[in-house]
Amino acid sequence: MSPVVEVDAVCKRFGAASVLEGVSFQVRAGSVVAIIGRSGSGKSTALRCINRLETIDAGHIRVCGHDLTSPGLDVNQLHRDVGIVFQSYNLFPHLTAEENVLLAPRLVLKLPRAEQKQLAAHVLSQVGLADKAQAYPSQLSGGQQQRVAIARSLAMKPKLMLFDEITSALDPELTGEVLKVIEALARDGMSMILVTHEMAFARKVADHAIFMHRGKVWEEGPASLLDAPKTEELRQFLGNGL
Amino acid sequence: MISLTPEQFLFLLRGFGWTIVLSLLAFAGGGALGFVLALTRVYAPRPVRTLAMLYIKLIQGTPLLILLFLTYFGLPALGLVVEPISAAAIGLSTYVSAYLGEIWRGSLEAVPRTQEEAAACLALNWRQRLVHVILPQAVKIATPPTVGFMVQIVKNTSLASAIGFVEMARAAQMVNNATFRPLIVFMLVAALYFTLCYPLSAWSQRLERSFDVARR
Repeated sequence: MSPVVEVDAVCKRFGAASVLEGVSFQVRAGSVVAIIGRSGSGKSTALRCINRLETIDAGHIRVCGHDLTSPGLDVNQLHRDVGIVFQSYNLFPHLTAEENVLLAPRLVLKLPRAEQKQLAAHVLSQVGLADKAQAYPSQLSGGQQQRVAIARSLAMKPKLMLFDEITSALDPELTGEVLKVIEALARDGMSMILVTHEMAFARKVADHAIFMHRGKVWEEGPASLLDAPKTEELRQFLGNGL
Repeated sequence: MISLTPEQFLFLLRGFGWTIVLSLLAFAGGGALGFVLALTRVYAPRPVRTLAMLYIKLIQGTPLLILLFLTYFGLPALGLVVEPISAAAIGLSTYVSAYLGEIWRGSLEAVPRTQEEAAACLALNWRQRLVHVILPQAVKIATPPTVGFMVQIVKNTSLASAIGFVEMARAAQMVNNATFRPLIVFMLVAALYFTLCYPLSAWSQRLERSFDVARR
């Protein structure tokens, strides 16, 4: 089976600052890849490039059969196949949890009204929030909001999920409830890329770890890499992180 | 009021009615054009955006009275005959569009960019993002200043008297010319303007307060 994500020699600049300098990696279908690294190492940018929230200056990216550098790319189709969850949740504040979850299936997938309730109930119970369907984001805790955001992405039945430091704004207790949801997704065989600062969690749930440093993939391998770093930079990073 | 005949009083009230009609026309016309301007300023390609900005700067830098003269005297010079009511409506709409356009541009831009990003990542197209994600939030932000600006519209309709449209200010002038009772006539008219404007500004302030509470 061909990989769901192929990133090949990707370069990205913001003005004078070079953020990605020839980044390459792959994600196999059904696997969980953790991208770790310091702030500013380019890991979030790499993730955003995969979803074409940023365009790239050089290299190639293929995601779920879409060639991101092709001029004929259908960005909407790409976004149907790839879900993303952000650090700041970005729920729609004027809609209830259920309405947040159903907006895209209703508008984009034209899901029949009869199936909408069922879908909302299904994805909200997947994240343990079946009882919060009628709550507005402002009535939910950070962890609950983030879980609604995950449910909102899942409702589109994506082939790949991207998580951009989704627990960075949460305290340890709320982090735990969000990570539990991700673990369950991993068990279900969802292909995922996690940009994360939760080393313990990365060890536990990831099949593959990528350490980014100065805009490059500095070191990568099975998640056991995190217990036996080969480079001084990763050793230092893990040392500081613990 | 004793010194005004019932006919004169009714004449003023009819002027009051036309002031309301003209205000509504100006808000509808200016609102429609202002909405297009706001969308253009935020979403259109750069050259079109610049054009919309120039239009807004130009109109905001021109006295309303001159705009009214331009429509009432200028359009006929181009072969378009206009009644005072339509000239006043066109002139006021032009004026209102430039201000509402800017108020609403600001409201659109006040919705966090991340909202648009999140909607795009859910595969919503531009129209769907606008209608279902951006506008519902922008409308909330825009309502207090918009209602506040409606007060300006009501008061500014009085300038239409200068092109012979008999709204309340012009009606007052005419009644005064017949009665020579300026204090009574103009105080009465001022009070009538107040009954239109005060509820609007009170409403605007209430909306602003409830908006602040909602943001907390």
